[in-house]
Amino acid sequence: MATETIVPFDKALAAYDPAMGLEVHVELNTNSKMFCGCPTVFGGEPNTQVCPTCLGLPGAMPVVNAKAVESAIRIGLALNCEIAEWCRFARKNYFYPDMPKNFQTSQYDEPIAFEGYMDVEVEGETFRVDIERAHMEEDTGKSTHVGGATGRIQGADYSLVDYNRAGIPLIEIVTKPILGAGEKAPLVAKAYVAQLRDLIVALGVSDARMDQGSIRADVNLSLAPKGSDVLGTRSETKNVNSLRSVERAVRFEIGRHAGILNEGGKVVQETRHFHEDTGETTSGREKSDAEDYRYFPEPDLVPVAPSREWVEELRGTLPENPTAKKTRLQAEYGFTDLEMRDVWAAGALPLIEATVVAGTTPQAARKWWVADLLRRANDAGVELAEVGVTPAQVAAVQALVDAKTINDKLARQVFDGLIAGEGTPEEIIEKRGLALVSDDGPLIAAIDDALAAQPDIADKIRGGNMGAIGAIMGAVMKATRGQADAGRARELILEKLGL
Amino acid sequence: MSLIHLSAAEQAAALAAGEVTSVELTQAHLDQIAATNRPENGVGLNSFLHVDAEGALAQAAASDARRAAGAPLHELDGVPIAIKDVLATEGLPTTAGSKILEGWIPPYDGTVTAKIKAAGLPILGKTNMDEFAMGSANENSAYGPVKNPWDHTRIPGGSGGGSAAAVSSFQAALAIGSDTGGSIRQPGAMTGTVGVKPTYGSVSRYGVIALANSLDQLGPVTRTVLDSALLHELIGGHDPMDSTSVATAVTGLADAARQGAAGDLAGVRVGIVKELQGDAWSAPVVERFEESIEILKGLGAEVVEVSLPSFVHAMAAYYLILPAECSSNLAKFDAMRYGLRVTPDGDPSAEDVMRASRDAGFGNEVKRRILIGTYALSSGYYDAYYGQAQKIRTLIIEDFTKAFEQVDVLVSPTAPTTAWALGEKADDPLANYLQDLATIPANLAGVPGISIPSGVSSVDGLPTGIQFLAPVLEDARLYRVGAALEAALTKQWGAPIAAPAYAGNGNGEA
Amino acid sequence: MPELSRDEVRHLADLARIDLSDAELDHLAPQLNVILEAVASIQGVAGDDVAATSHPIPMTNVFREDVIRPSLTPAQALAMAPATEDDKFSVPRILGEE
Repeated sequence: MATETIVPFDKALAAYDPAMGLEVHVELNTNSKMFCGCPTVFGGEPNTQVCPTCLGLPGAMPVVNAKAVESAIRIGLALNCEIAEWCRFARKNYFYPDMPKNFQTSQYDEPIAFEGYMDVEVEGETFRVDIERAHMEEDTGKSTHVGGATGRIQGADYSLVDYNRAGIPLIEIVTKPILGAGEKAPLVAKAYVAQLRDLIVALGVSDARMDQGSIRADVNLSLAPKGSDVLGTRSETKNVNSLRSVERAVRFEIGRHAGILNEGGKVVQETRHFHEDTGETTSGREKSDAEDYRYFPEPDLVPVAPSREWVEELRGTLPENPTAKKTRLQAEYGFTDLEMRDVWAAGALPLIEATVVAGTTPQAARKWWVADLLRRANDAGVELAEVGVTPAQVAAVQALVDAKTINDKLARQVFDGLIAGEGTPEEIIEKRGLALVSDDGPLIAAIDDALAAQPDIADKIRGGNMGAIGAIMGAVMKATRGQADAGRARELILEKLGL
Repeated sequence: MSLIHLSAAEQAAALAAGEVTSVELTQAHLDQIAATNRPENGVGLNSFLHVDAEGALAQAAASDARRAAGAPLHELDGVPIAIKDVLATEGLPTTAGSKILEGWIPPYDGTVTAKIKAAGLPILGKTNMDEFAMGSANENSAYGPVKNPWDHTRIPGGSGGGSAAAVSSFQAALAIGSDTGGSIRQPGAMTGTVGVKPTYGSVSRYGVIALANSLDQLGPVTRTVLDSALLHELIGGHDPMDSTSVATAVTGLADAARQGAAGDLAGVRVGIVKELQGDAWSAPVVERFEESIEILKGLGAEVVEVSLPSFVHAMAAYYLILPAECSSNLAKFDAMRYGLRVTPDGDPSAEDVMRASRDAGFGNEVKRRILIGTYALSSGYYDAYYGQAQKIRTLIIEDFTKAFEQVDVLVSPTAPTTAWALGEKADDPLANYLQDLATIPANLAGVPGISIPSGVSSVDGLPTGIQFLAPVLEDARLYRVGAALEAALTKQWGAPIAAPAYAGNGNGEA
Repeated sequence: MPELSRDEVRHLADLARIDLSDAELDHLAPQLNVILEAVASIQGVAGDDVAATSHPIPMTNVFREDVIRPSLTPAQALAMAPATEDDKFSVPRILGEE
C-alpha cells in the first residue's frame, strides 16, 4: 500500500464536510447469557462459562433471557425510541472461529427499538444525534493469537479460543448519519459516547466499562466536498475502546480521507483498526459483495411482542434523562451558561447535586468543585469524583465556613487534610489549629497594637479615607495568623476610631 | 411367539405381570440386532450405527430392580427402545449419519432422551439415517445404506430408514424418528410399520440436530398404533428448553387408540385430498388405498373429497425453506470445536481448514441443499425464494383450516410407490424429492400425521402405507382413526403384516 | 429463472465454506439447476396480501428468567475438540480480523 498522506485537521475541514455514524455495543450486566443459563461474569477461567447452547453444539437451542429484553426496552426508551410492538431475532450468517454457530443471533429489519435521539452537548452547543435503532444480539468468543512477533492476528501461528464471552447479551445502538458537526465532529463523537455511557450507567443495565469492553464503539466516517449533499464512501473503525480514542479516531480518519480525496483517490469501504499507541488506524478487511449475511428470521425463537403495559411500566423505571436533568438543575441552581459549561466539562454536576442535597448553596458547591477541587484533580491526574473529597465532606466544610468557624482560606487547608486522610473536618481543624479567632479579646488587643503602631494611618481613616483600613487589617491578620474573622475585625477597628 | 415379536404394549404387560424381565427383553432384542444388523458383511440391515449392549443391559437390570421394588417409573419402564442418530444422547455417539460428526459424543442429553431415561426404557443404540436427515431412501448415510427388511435389495425409505427397519425387523418394538418432510411416515410406508409426526412443537426439539427448525419434529416409530400412542405420550409435552414448544399437554392418545380399535367410526368425517391423487400415484398403492377407504366407510366414517389447492406448491416451498434453514444450521460444522478436521497441505488458515473439512465431511445431498439454501437466502433472491416460500406456507395453512371445517381428518396414500431398488434413484435428487409429495404439507403447516400399513402391493409384494392428517393439537384423532383401520385390516389379513423373512423366527436370511 | 453458472455455484460454495473441486462443480451445478427449476414455480404465486409464516404454530414472548444454570466443565466442553491448549480450543491461524 502506498504511503498515506494525512491532511492536517483544519485543512481537511476547510475542504470537506464529515459525516459520522456511530455503532455502540453495550454488554448487558444480566446474570446469565442472552440465550442460555451460563454466567456472564468477567474474567473467568477459559471455557468454564459454556454450555451446549452457547458452544453451538449440535441439537442445542436458544431461549431468550427476559431481563435482556427488559434492558433493551429501557435503553430504547431512554433514547427516546419507539418500542416495536412485534419484532424477531434473525440469523446473521458468516463464518468466524470465535462464533460457535457461524451465525450470530441478532435482529435485522425488526429491531426492538427504533427512531430515537439523544441531545449531545459540546462546548455549550447542543447537537441532536438521531438514533436509527437499538437491537438485541449476542457477543462472540475471544481469540488469543499465538506465535508471530506481536501477539496480533497477523503473523500468528495459530489461535486459542475461549467461548466464555460467547452469548453474552449485547445491545447495539446505531445512529443515523451525524451531519453538520464540522470541526466539532471528533468532540461530538466523544460526547455522544460519553453521554451514552452515563445514560447506561444511570439505567444500571451494564457495567459500562470501556476498558473491559463492556461498551465498544465502531466509528463510521466519510467526507463529502463542502456543500455537496452526497455522502462519501465510509470507513468503519472497529472497537474503539476509550472516549479519547473515539475523538482521536474521528480526527485521524478525517485527515486520512482528506488525503486520499485530495489526491483524487477513492476511499475504500473497509473496516479499520484504531491503535491506541499511535493514534492511527490501519486497514482491516475490505467490505466486498462477498459479504452477504443471508439474514433470515431465527426459526428456533418466536417473536418478541412487548405489551404496551409492559413498556409503560418500564418507562416508569427510567432515571431522569441526563440532558433534561442538566437543564433543570441549571435553572434551579441559577448557573450562567458559562458556569454550566465549566461544570459540565468538569463532570462536576452530579457532585454539585449531591453537595447541594447535603445542604450547601449551589454557588458554594460549584465554587469548591469547579475551582479548588478540579485543580487538585487535574494536578493528580484523576477524575474529579476520585479527588479524595466527597460531596458530604464539601457540604460539612462549607457549613463550618458559614458558621464562621473557618474561612475560605482555612477551608482549603481542611481539604488538604481530608485528602491526606487526617479525619473529619472538625478533627482536622482541631489537629491543625485552624479555628478562626472569634473571641473579641485577642482581636481587640491586636487592633490596639496595630493602631498604636501606625497612628498616621489611624488619622487617615478618621479623616474619611476608608481605603486606608486595609493596612490596619493586614497587621491584625498577621498578628492573628489569619485566624481573625475579617468582618468582625473591621467592625472593631471602626468602633475603636469612634466611627 | 418370541419376545421380540411382542408389541411394546405386550412387553410392558408381560413385565408388569412378572412373566419376563427387562434384561431378558433387552437381551432378546440385542441378539436380534447382532444377528441381523451386520453392516460389516454387506448383507445385514445396517439399521444401527451404534449398539450399546452394555448400557442397555445395565439400564434393564436397573429397571428390573425397580419393578421388584414395586416402583416402576412408567408403564414402558424396561421396554427397550432405539433412537435415531439425530438426537443427542450423552455418552453415546451421535453422528446424524454424517462423516463430519464421526465419533462425536455429546456431553448432554436431548430432552426426549432425558424423558426416555427418566421413564426407564433401556436404550439399545442409535439408528442409521440419511445424512442430517436429508433423503427419502436412506442412501445418503455416510455409513452405508439401510436395507429394507422386506427385501434387502430395496431401500427402506428415508430419512429414518434405520428406525423403520429396526422396528420392521423386530430389532426393537419402539424407536424414535424425526420427521421434517416425511422422514417418519414415508419409511413407515416402505417397511410396513407405523410412524407418527406429532403436531409441531408438541415434542421437544432440544437435542435434535436440526435439519429445518420450523419443520422438524420427533415422533414414534412402532409396529402398532397403540405403541405409537404410548411412546408419543411419553416423549410429548412442554419443554422450557425449546422456545417453539407448545404449552398444551400431550395426553389421551393411548385412550384414543383403544377407542378406535373397538372399530366404531360413526360420525367421523374423512376427507380424501383431491391434490394427492393422479398419475404420480402407482396403481398398487392406489388399489390398497381404495380398499382402506371402503373399510373406513364400513366402520361408519363419512368419506368425502376435499380440495387443498395450494398443495401443488408445497414441494417447491419445502425445498426452499428446508435448504435455507439447513444451510445456516450446518454452518456450525466447521472443524473448530468438534467433528472432522481436515488440514490441507502447506500453511492452511482456519478458513482453509473449514473449507477442506466441510468438503470432505459432507455428502453430495448435503452440499446440494446447503448451496441451494445459500442461494435462496442471498440478498437479491430472498423475497423471490425464501420470502415467497413462507407465503406459500400461509396459503397451505389456510387450506388446512378450510378443509378441517368440513372434515375431521384428511387421508391420502403416504408415498406414491412402494420401496424402490437400492441405487435406482441414488443420484437423482428430484426423483427422491417427489416421494415426499403427500407428507410435506403437514410439516409446512405443523399439523400431525400418521402412516399405517395399508397392505402389500399386488405387483411386488412390498408394503404400502396410508396417511391420516389432523388439525394442530388434534393428534388423538389420528390414533382413533388409525387404530380403527389397523384393527379392521389386521382382522382381514388374519395377522399384522410383517417382513416375511423376519416374521416368525426369521433373522432375515430365510 | 436465471440459470446458475459454474462461477455462481463456486461463489455459493465460497459463501458456504465448502471447497468444491472442479469435478464436484461439474457434477453439482447441473443438479442445482434442475432443483432450482423445479422450485421456481412458486414465484409470484402469493401476492403482497399474503403474510409470511415462519412458524406453523404462532406464539410470542417465550422467555426464560435471568437465572444461572450449571455450565459444562471445561473437560466436557473441550472433550470433542480436534485440538486444545490451556483449556482453550486451538484453531489454525485466523485470516483477517473480528
